[in-house]
Amino acid sequence: MRVQNMFSVAGPQAERIAELWWITFAICLVVFAAVLVATGLALWKGRKGTGSGHGAHLAVASAVGVSTVLLLFLIVASVATDRALAQIDASDALKIEVVGNRWWWDIRYQDPDPSRRFTTANEIAIPVGRAVELTLRANDVIHSFWVPALHGKKDLIPGRTATLTLRADKPGTYRGQCAEFCGVQHAKMALFVYALPAQEYEAWAEQQRRPAPPPADGPQQLGHDLFVKGTCAMCHAIQGTPANGRRAPDLTHFASRKTIGAGTVPNDPQQLAVWISDPHAVKPGVNMPAHAFLKREELAALVAYLGSLK
Amino acid sequence: MNPLLERTWRDTGFFSAINHKTIALRYIVTSFAFFVAAGILAALMRLQLAVPENDFIGPDLYNQLFTVHGTAMMFLFAVPVMEAMGVYLVPLMVGARSIAFPRMNAFSYWVFLFGGVMLFGVLALNIGPDTGWFSYPPLAGPEHSPGKRVDFYAQLITFTELAALLVAIEIIATAFKMRAPGMTLARMPLFVWAMVVTSFMILFAMPAVMFASTALIADRLVGTHFYNPAEGGDAVLWQHLFWFFGHPEVYLIFIPALGFMSSIIPTFARRPIFGYPAMVLALIATAFLGFGLWVHHMFAAHLPELGKSFFTAASMLIAIPTAIQIFCWIATLWTGRIVFRTPLLFVLAFFFILVAGGLTGIMVASVPLDLQLHDTYFVVAHLHYVLIGGAVFPLFGAWYYWFPKFTGRMMSERLGQWQFWIAFIGFEVAFFPMHTLGMDGMTRRIHTYPEAMGWGAANFISTVGALMIAASGVLFIVNVVRSYRRGAPAGDNPWGADTLEWATSSPPPSYNFDRIPVLGSEGVVVTGLAEKSREVLITTVVDAMPDHRLAFPNPTIWPFLSAVAVTVMFIGSIFTPWAVVWGSIPIVVGVTLWFWPRKDETREHLALEKRP
Amino acid sequence: MFSLAFLLGGCEREQRQFKLPAPESASPAPERTRHEENAHSVAQGKLWFRWFNCVGCHSLGGGGMGPALMDENWRYGREPQSIYETIMNGRPNGMPSFRGRITEDQAWQLVAYVRSMSGLIAQDVAPGRHDGLSAVPPENLRDKR
Repeated sequence: MRVQNMFSVAGPQAERIAELWWITFAICLVVFAAVLVATGLALWKGRKGTGSGHGAHLAVASAVGVSTVLLLFLIVASVATDRALAQIDASDALKIEVVGNRWWWDIRYQDPDPSRRFTTANEIAIPVGRAVELTLRANDVIHSFWVPALHGKKDLIPGRTATLTLRADKPGTYRGQCAEFCGVQHAKMALFVYALPAQEYEAWAEQQRRPAPPPADGPQQLGHDLFVKGTCAMCHAIQGTPANGRRAPDLTHFASRKTIGAGTVPNDPQQLAVWISDPHAVKPGVNMPAHAFLKREELAALVAYLGSLK
Repeated sequence: MNPLLERTWRDTGFFSAINHKTIALRYIVTSFAFFVAAGILAALMRLQLAVPENDFIGPDLYNQLFTVHGTAMMFLFAVPVMEAMGVYLVPLMVGARSIAFPRMNAFSYWVFLFGGVMLFGVLALNIGPDTGWFSYPPLAGPEHSPGKRVDFYAQLITFTELAALLVAIEIIATAFKMRAPGMTLARMPLFVWAMVVTSFMILFAMPAVMFASTALIADRLVGTHFYNPAEGGDAVLWQHLFWFFGHPEVYLIFIPALGFMSSIIPTFARRPIFGYPAMVLALIATAFLGFGLWVHHMFAAHLPELGKSFFTAASMLIAIPTAIQIFCWIATLWTGRIVFRTPLLFVLAFFFILVAGGLTGIMVASVPLDLQLHDTYFVVAHLHYVLIGGAVFPLFGAWYYWFPKFTGRMMSERLGQWQFWIAFIGFEVAFFPMHTLGMDGMTRRIHTYPEAMGWGAANFISTVGALMIAASGVLFIVNVVRSYRRGAPAGDNPWGADTLEWATSSPPPSYNFDRIPVLGSEGVVVTGLAEKSREVLITTVVDAMPDHRLAFPNPTIWPFLSAVAVTVMFIGSIFTPWAVVWGSIPIVVGVTLWFWPRKDETREHLALEKRP
Repeated sequence: MFSLAFLLGGCEREQRQFKLPAPESASPAPERTRHEENAHSVAQGKLWFRWFNCVGCHSLGGGGMGPALMDENWRYGREPQSIYETIMNGRPNGMPSFRGRITEDQAWQLVAYVRSMSGLIAQDVAPGRHDGLSAVPPENLRDKR
């Protein structure tokens, strides 16, 4: 049940932040208790009228002094942690560009060799133990990239390019979501980071680099044709087909993704059929138009074709 | 009771009223109404969030609800109500007959009222702003917020900031120039100090947000590029401008509440406040430091790390002046002879709730911690702890404390205690779980969440708490209404307090004091002020030596009419820039007739002038 | 009062119409042209204008390969129905047909936006400036052509 908990740490930065939290929490708890005890005592003595002012000035001054010392300690701890967060070794970092859109994440894996670059959406796979350098940009409004298990958040601001470097030290699935209010579907802009052992990651990346497989049967062929000649290709891209739209998630390996709509619903044929015919029933306000006019076999064909894009 | 003075100083009509007590009570009742309305919006939000994947309220309406909740609470309740308490109490506490610039005071009330009615009116018409109370562009910009919703938000800021600036001017002028002779600055009550400090903060903070919101309207209405990075603007510019105002804003709400604490605790501990000089310096230090914290709202934005660390340090160090205040209050209680009454009870909640909120503030002041906690329910918990614990509970205490002075009747102790405990427990039930929700990954401003996140239980508990808070609000209203009608008569000074407002009747007469007292000299009073016309005594700033007599204006309807003209111009300029041009004409007419000298008044004032 | 009229007209202007009316019909139902009264729809039209590369031929309204859309010349008429047919059927000399490429709802939103480019829709509904390079005045400041 702790799907997005900041203490379920899987990387060094989230771990350092969690450590700082516990230190700060301990100090705050002690101070809170001290203030409550002092207040309680004051009420008790004051009720009786027996509180003597003897040493009151010294007591107040000492309390202020102790508070100052504790605060200075916390300032130092905070700055030290901040510096530690930046100390991550990024020499062999995997570079990924994340572009925030309303309401999905455009994920573009970088590489010096252009033929090895690929694009996906809403789901990021990374190798365990290797630093990942995320370049964060936004296409429309301010979003915020946040995967609590790995690191704190960073805003994606139109007109600015930010960087977030992180590393997963444990394999697993880590959920995040947009953490800056971005409009009507801000609540449904999740993202998933899959930390995979190095070899598994390489295999995944190789698969992602391949273009989409050709349609295998009649319905898939029909689906492919509808996609490429109809409205879909105006916004979506599928590598290996003429569909090259850049306005919506890249669907080349759509069937390998676990959710539709950035974590809104699971990626299965029934949900996909609903999504295509009326996305506003699931996530009202998205830029994808409704396709209620599709005939039943056309819709089934599209679902079949998209389901084949592993 | 002096019938001649009463006739001279009383108001003569509803729209022409300028007596500071009348205006203040209107402000208080109106802000409380906005508080209740914004609270209802919160209750609706909590009902939506009580269970996962709820469809009680859709995303579009939800966004309007949380935006108007925040905007109304901050701009239409929290700051105005604190100002209003100052408008009522500062002239009385300094021994003056009136607040400075009484007609401007009336004007500011009407502007505030019209702005607030506009905001709730457009919410009812589905034109409510929907981008959050701090409304970041580009989301709030012309491209991503079509229609006029955000423009109403931006213009509401203009209304309320104008009203706040004007009240700030009046309070500073009253506290500095109209104190009773002998009330040196070192003898000024801490509440007055708090209001003066708050007012200075307003003078510096409000212009930033007025500029920011005007630039936003300009971007949306006439195509300027303040927040458009492609043409040389910057989305982060809004954040800097807004938060430069926004952080002091919360201190505008908090510092008057510190003033309430420093009025109520000494009264119920039956001794003067411990450490008066330290308390004054702490207020001033808080105000100065408060202007140096704003970037802590922007730690996740694209800013240099070293710069952010500076704001961590400042945000932590501002705890020190507040700590000084807390320790001095504890010392006051410790060495006093405490009498437990409802006002003290509400004030004591501060020590539980605000202190906890301040400590979570220390947590989010740290950049690394904030990077996890920013924009989650942890921050929602923090802000409600500090605002409700630090301002709203003391405010209720202040109402129980000063209601006898305002109305001449005592409030019910029994109902007060019931209200207090339900509010306190309801508050903890509603807001404590939000800390864990934030650490569990629940972000702010989401209209729903999946079942699988495991947030359902904490959200449900929080909703129960919210409903308890609502119940306590109902109890308060019942208490007010019943006490107003049938409460025990209060007398001049039911609590045995030692500030000047208790030295006159309850409620005070329109002229406040029969005779202006002279402090430091027992029994000496000021004589020679006119009784047939409105004369006040102006004294020097530091030592309150009498300086000269000043004639104050009579009630007039022109502040109300000018406010109507200003409203027409402000709302019109949401739709067309020409409204600024054409709308200025009625304003000029109104203000001119407001200041136009009246023959009979001038004759009277000249007759009163005596050559030295 | 002037502002009151605008305020009350806001009901229509401010609806967020996410679920659009039912599909294909021979003549435009009145709901189609109501897009012109809805700020969100016109803003969506502006989005499609960029996304579907209308700027490629029409620039930001000044024209280029295609005719200018922000002036007073309307080759095929300025009524919503004419513009809709232009978009869906195409026109001689290079305007492609978008039928099957965009949905009907998207087309009607585009129609509303195109009309706003010549100042033909209410000023409080027309979009403001674009969040990008701005070579032309925003649609809400254009004179009616």
